[in-house]
Amino acid sequence: MAGGPSLQSAGKYRGEDSLLPYTKIRNESEPPWKNQPYWAYIVGLVILAMGIKVFVDVDYELARKNIFPGIWLTIRATIIAFGLALLISLIVGLGQISKNVVAKNLSRAYIEIVRGIPVLPLIFVLALVIIPDISEAAGAPNSVPTDLRAILALAMIYGAYMAEIIRGGVQSIPRGQMEAGRALGLSSRATMRSVIFPQAARAIIPPMANDFIAILKDTSLLSILGVLEITRRARQYSASSFKFPEAFFTMTFVYLTLVIGLSILLSMFERRFNRDRVGER
Amino acid sequence: MSPMIELRNVRKTFNKTIHAVAGVDLEVAEGEVVVIVGPSGSGKSTVLRCINLLEVPTSGDVIVDGRSLMDASTDLDEARAEMGMVFQGFNLFPHLTVLDNITLAQKKVRGRDTAEAERVAHEQLARVGIPEKADSYPRQLSGGQQQRVAIARSLAMNPKIMLFDEPTSALDPEMIKEVLDVIVELAATGMTMVVVTHEMGFARAAADRVVFIDEGLIVETGPPEDVFTNPQSDRTKAFFDKILAY
Ligand SMILES: Nc1ncnc2c1ncn2[C@@H]1O[C@H](COP(=O)(O)OP(=O)(O)O)[C@@H](O)[C@H]1O
Ligand SMILES: [Mg+2]
Repeated sequence: MAGGPSLQSAGKYRGEDSLLPYTKIRNESEPPWKNQPYWAYIVGLVILAMGIKVFVDVDYELARKNIFPGIWLTIRATIIAFGLALLISLIVGLGQISKNVVAKNLSRAYIEIVRGIPVLPLIFVLALVIIPDISEAAGAPNSVPTDLRAILALAMIYGAYMAEIIRGGVQSIPRGQMEAGRALGLSSRATMRSVIFPQAARAIIPPMANDFIAILKDTSLLSILGVLEITRRARQYSASSFKFPEAFFTMTFVYLTLVIGLSILLSMFERRFNRDRVGER
Repeated sequence: MSPMIELRNVRKTFNKTIHAVAGVDLEVAEGEVVVIVGPSGSGKSTVLRCINLLEVPTSGDVIVDGRSLMDASTDLDEARAEMGMVFQGFNLFPHLTVLDNITLAQKKVRGRDTAEAERVAHEQLARVGIPEKADSYPRQLSGGQQQRVAIARSLAMNPKIMLFDEPTSALDPEMIKEVLDVIVELAATGMTMVVVTHEMGFARAAADRVVFIDEGLIVETGPPEDVFTNPQSDRTKAFFDKILAY
């Protein structure tokens, strides 16, 4: 920087080289040690301690053998349920803001109904009543396997929650953006794609990431339908072996590790997404 | 010759009760510059927005370049591409660079390839006096610069008509001139323009005709000097007494 000395060097000068007594400069910024993410270190230590117990303690060997095979199913169920929920949320979320009266009202009704019923009863009724009825009406009774029915139920529920995120994100974009696009001759669809969505994405991604994690945790609800994911396996093992502490501790360790792992992945994705848009507000 | 823009008994009623535009007839000839003035809430913006059907009139007809926009068979997107619109709040796309703001519609609506669209964009940026800002994002620009980008974005479509809705009302005083300079220059090129503004100096310099609107109706219309100095109606006189007081 050209010109006179900056504030910092002025302070330094007076402190180190001049004969004037050292003056402590009032410092607004916090000392670095205060800004460390200690919470992350604590979480890391807890996972490490749990991991050592689960992997080293011989009493846990059988628990591991019985529960770990459920990890893959949990991950798969999470990914499939989230993917389907995303699809449903796009259709229902955009349906809500569309000018089509039928689409608008059906979407709204779907969301209100799903939000009006607790998750667990809704999973029961979707997986055990509605989806089988639909497959029967379609002329293929019992054609959808239990696991898939359970995953579909979860997707339909989160589809409604996530539709609200899509709607909110799109509606958070000022009206002038659509008007500017239309005034230039862009169709409403083209304006949505090139102007509204890219901006709405920033509002949509963080709560979507939250729901991704919520879905991961809620796959444990599928255990009551007999889906052999982590929770189901832990309950089966504990019931047959009476090793309750080992079973539940191992199960908890697996969930915490998965959730923290997914959180890290998602925040990396968010950072990457935001890096591409430096100049933006 | 038939007019470039023709509003025939246009009415726009909001929520069944607010008569924002209460039966307006307006003809704008090719190459004519019309300035619309009037009190706040008198319906100026709504009249302007009826020209490119951002507001669909409740009744009446809007004929642009010989085509009725109220006719359902008219391709509105196509018609709008021939009309640039500049908003009070700029409405630039904040997620796109200045260059991308200007090339987007050129590519999607005019079907130009990237090289051609960028060539036109740079040309228009030079015209509005900020050739060096192509790679900036809107938020990195001053209000005056943003509004000039908005003008360049419209001009890049090679419109036949330009509509301005209080283009300098959101600007700090020192930036008003740089934007008005661009608009005055554009007026001199023979562009058909409708400008809503409170800048009377601009109206004097650039307008062929001033239209005074109050309560959704055209109260008076004529050459700027006549309307300003010798208004025929009491309402017009009261309005100019107020805004020309200082
Ligand atoms: N989208 C809208 N919904 C309801 N009322 C509106 C809408 N747009 C404008 N109005 C009303 O119509 C009248 C004219 O508005 P406008 O054309 O914006 O006036 P001006 O631009 O002259 O200030 C005002 O009373 C305003 O409140
Ligand atoms: Mg207005």
